[in-house]
Amino acid sequence: MENLEYKIIVGLEIHVQLLTKSKMFCSCAISFGERANSRVCPVCVGMPGSLPVMNKKAVELSALAGMALNCKIAKFTKWDRKSYYYPDLPKNYQISQYDLPLAAAGFIEIPLENGQTKTIRITRAHLEEDAGKNLHTTGNFSQVDLNRAGTPLLEIVTEPDLSSAAEVRSLAVELQRIVRYLGVSEADMQKGHMRFEPNVNLHITKDGKEYKTPIAEIKNLNSFRAIERSVDYEVQRQLDEFSRTGITMETGNKTTRGWDDDAGKTVLQREKEEANDYRYFPDPDLVPVEFTDSWLAEIRAGLCEMPIKRQLRFVNEYDLSDYDAGVLTAERTTADFFEEAVKSGGQSKRVCNLLTQVGLKMANEANCSAAELGITAENLAKLAKMADGGQISATAAKTIMEKMTQTADEPKVIAEQLNLIQKNDTAELEVIVEKILAENAKAVEDVKSGGKKSKAAKGFLLGQVMQKTKGRANPKVVAEILERKL
Amino acid sequence: MDCNCKKLRDDIAAGRIKSAEAVEAVFDTIEKNDSKIGSYISTFKEQAIANSKQLDEKISTGKSAGILAGTPIAIKDNMCTTFGATSCASKMLENFHAPYNATVVEKLISAGAIIIGKTNMDEFAMGSSTENSALLKTVNPWNTQCVPGGSSGGSAAAVAAGMCSAALGSDTGGSIRQPASFCGVVGLKPTYGRVSRFGLVAFGSSLDQIGPITQNVTDAALMMNVIAGHDPADSTSVDEKTAPVCDCLEKIDEPIGNLKIAVVPQFNTGADGDVQKAINEAIEVYKKMGAEIVEIDMPHLEYSVAVYYIVATAEASGNLARYDGVHYGHRAEDIENYIDVYCKSRAAGFGKEVKRRIMLGTYALSSGYYDAYYLKALKVRNLIRGDFLRAFEKCDCVLIPTCPTTAFKFGEKMDDPLKMYLSDVYTIAANLAGVPAISIPCGFDGNDLPIGLQLMAPAFGEDKLLRIARMFESKTDWHKRRPPII
Amino acid sequence: MPRFFFWMAEVMSKKIDAELVKKVAKLSRLELTETEVAEFANQLSAILDYVEKMEQLDTTDVQPLAHCLPISNCLRDDCAKPSLGTEKILENAPDTDGDFFKVPKILD
Ligand SMILES: [Mg+2]
Ligand SMILES: [Zn+2]
Repeated sequence: MENLEYKIIVGLEIHVQLLTKSKMFCSCAISFGERANSRVCPVCVGMPGSLPVMNKKAVELSALAGMALNCKIAKFTKWDRKSYYYPDLPKNYQISQYDLPLAAAGFIEIPLENGQTKTIRITRAHLEEDAGKNLHTTGNFSQVDLNRAGTPLLEIVTEPDLSSAAEVRSLAVELQRIVRYLGVSEADMQKGHMRFEPNVNLHITKDGKEYKTPIAEIKNLNSFRAIERSVDYEVQRQLDEFSRTGITMETGNKTTRGWDDDAGKTVLQREKEEANDYRYFPDPDLVPVEFTDSWLAEIRAGLCEMPIKRQLRFVNEYDLSDYDAGVLTAERTTADFFEEAVKSGGQSKRVCNLLTQVGLKMANEANCSAAELGITAENLAKLAKMADGGQISATAAKTIMEKMTQTADEPKVIAEQLNLIQKNDTAELEVIVEKILAENAKAVEDVKSGGKKSKAAKGFLLGQVMQKTKGRANPKVVAEILERKL
Repeated sequence: MDCNCKKLRDDIAAGRIKSAEAVEAVFDTIEKNDSKIGSYISTFKEQAIANSKQLDEKISTGKSAGILAGTPIAIKDNMCTTFGATSCASKMLENFHAPYNATVVEKLISAGAIIIGKTNMDEFAMGSSTENSALLKTVNPWNTQCVPGGSSGGSAAAVAAGMCSAALGSDTGGSIRQPASFCGVVGLKPTYGRVSRFGLVAFGSSLDQIGPITQNVTDAALMMNVIAGHDPADSTSVDEKTAPVCDCLEKIDEPIGNLKIAVVPQFNTGADGDVQKAINEAIEVYKKMGAEIVEIDMPHLEYSVAVYYIVATAEASGNLARYDGVHYGHRAEDIENYIDVYCKSRAAGFGKEVKRRIMLGTYALSSGYYDAYYLKALKVRNLIRGDFLRAFEKCDCVLIPTCPTTAFKFGEKMDDPLKMYLSDVYTIAANLAGVPAISIPCGFDGNDLPIGLQLMAPAFGEDKLLRIARMFESKTDWHKRRPPII
Repeated sequence: MPRFFFWMAEVMSKKIDAELVKKVAKLSRLELTETEVAEFANQLSAILDYVEKMEQLDTTDVQPLAHCLPISNCLRDDCAKPSLGTEKILENAPDTDGDFFKVPKILD
């Protein structure tokens, strides 16, 4: 294949399922994995005579997300019907927003691999209802389950500002972090809470001229891996196709493609010769939404520092590695918990280690967040202080922290109960050291002779002391005494 | 037995008549006459008698039986009921059993009404003669050669023929007032948003409104007291704060002082000679009562039919998309693929007029035509509304004929849809402007067919509108005439 | 014949031809016979001819009016209530497969 110079152009359409208890326009509960067609009512089945009523929370969550994405929130928005026939769409129109989206003209900052950030423009974000699900059986028929029909979705559309598969992935990860931070969505990819549709094409320079390949829209991606791989694949495919056929945006059609994860390929679904005629018009069953300043202020109060900013601040303010800062800021509650513990006097690196090495592991096992383990920030700070002060060993700190999830006792009390307080009493330790030195003349000699054996002998003696004290001696103190005596 | 609603209610509540007797008497009339008239698609004799006996029981123990206390009421078959089918006079929904009651049905039942049956109509309320019913033919009780009007033809005929105390109809472009006029009864279309549409099978959602068809104005007031008010299940029903519900009955017999009535000369002169004459006489009646008559110009009203047949059909094309043979309703037999389910089921389930309107509405919304038709219609709609706002600055109400003609013969307009549409010329404007309008009997033509007088008032002014109507009624006895068939 | 103060345009232009009727029928998911196509082409053309009287009005500065209501923000609190349930919802279904609505295989 010829070596072509090209730029990758990607814009995203993203559907985010909002974290509400009930559906967008009816009171059916949102829940996953229920019996088919059990979470439905006349409204979400589109029965004759039924009418939609807006879910206030969904409107507020959308505005909040819009604010977090630096969008202008429309003072006045309305609902439109988008018409198309499909068995999972019970009314054969979707209630959506067309010309007056709830939020528009914003941006999102995404981290790049080189440590810098890039700004991706957000075209618009609007609220709409989800469709149900068509299931394709092995027989010559399909099944329709409407449990999902009417679930509130935020559709976010970006400008085509992304220029690599890695950037697309980074945006996806960052957006997940943001919506989780704000409680806008659970953003569980496996449950389809976030679905991505990249629009990909290339600007190829050949013989000093620029060619644009036809745009391919990849439908319904719901894993970070699939997002990255499908865009990578599509780039190669379009390069290939251009080399072979020379087809460009002007001569070819926009296509819709699906992602076959097993084959690692995008597959042509349909060619959009004529754009779908969705016949949008204002939904006469609903009234407009008008945001007053006070309502917007109320919603705005739900905003918080965005994860990417917080991560950077953690690196600078708490002297953490970028990696650790990333781990701590992945979830808002964990980051809050960390900062509270630091405010309560815990040394930042120590608190970070306790959280990342012990806390998050336990949280993962308990299927909750680190902040929900039952440990107060004050006690975590106290534990960190004990470890820092040498009152307990690192291993003991882990044991104590585990115990702290089961009792409200202070770490000191637990340490005492478990006999984990280190011996820092120099006088007492000196007696023990004397005794060990006396018992191990050979080793003492090795130390004194210097050379290769010296270090090993020192370690041996330290080990003997620790054994004698059943591990409760502060190794730092013991080492000091040994140094002095030898 | 005189089954006039208010009087019957008073008699039942006072124990002078038993509800069960009244209901049985009405069923006697139905059994005697409805085979000739064809008002009812379905009746619920057993249930009705059982319910009325329960009410009698309640009354005999001194408990309140509600403000409709055991009176037999009919409803149009486009309002959902958990009993019987809700067919909309369509093959599509012939066997559709709604899993819920329309809000108005719930309100009627809790007011003590006995729902005796569901009345015939033009399919999906599309028509002006009830000839578009796919299930039944209804004739005008005054002359069986003539149509009862439509689309609430069954309700109007049933009230005129004494086959219920009162009935509910729905009015999108005159569907309550026009049949009321043709059948010599009272029909009120309330302000848009005054009565809940929840459970009313939608035709043109921004125009549809449920209202009473009764033997006299007082009964219409009584029915309004039952059905008016905000419904949290209908976003387009107006809340109490914006427009408090008034007691329509309280002052029904008190004339309005300093009454100013607007007449629109070009409307009157457009009507048949007999209609013109009756309207002029009605104006004289008001003058004699001291009303001031003001001639006004409403220049945009002549565009009503044009606007209506775009707006209503556009909305209908969306509202009727759900009838696709997938989740409920008629499914055609000869299905080969899932697209067939749609196209063939809809072809078989819908009648000609419904198809025609779906086609027109789809066309008006489709890409390339939206601006010229739909958007333009919405703008002209605003001008029409402006005409009303200006009229109501000067006057209490607008007085015009309900229809340019009296009831026409079967088949007369069936092969020319435009001719049929134009017969709604006087009623449509009130729907487009959202204002309340009433039709009351005001005379007969040379063939002894009733003529209707239409009064329109400012939004949410039903109480006043009814009083103005009652002023006329109290000075005339047109409403007391009964059709020869009974 | 009532003397309307306006009357339909006498000119019967072909606003909509058979091809356009078929296109709209496809969008509407209506299977039409050839007779219906011809009939609708005539009738819809006549209606549209009439409707175009709207063009007589200058609406340059007029806002479109989709609704006459004086209200906005009709909102519901986010509370879940019991649903109808599978059996009840499938009662009206023309064809079912277990807990599902059933349709011929969707090929897309
Ligand atoms: Mg969408
Ligand atoms: Zn529901």
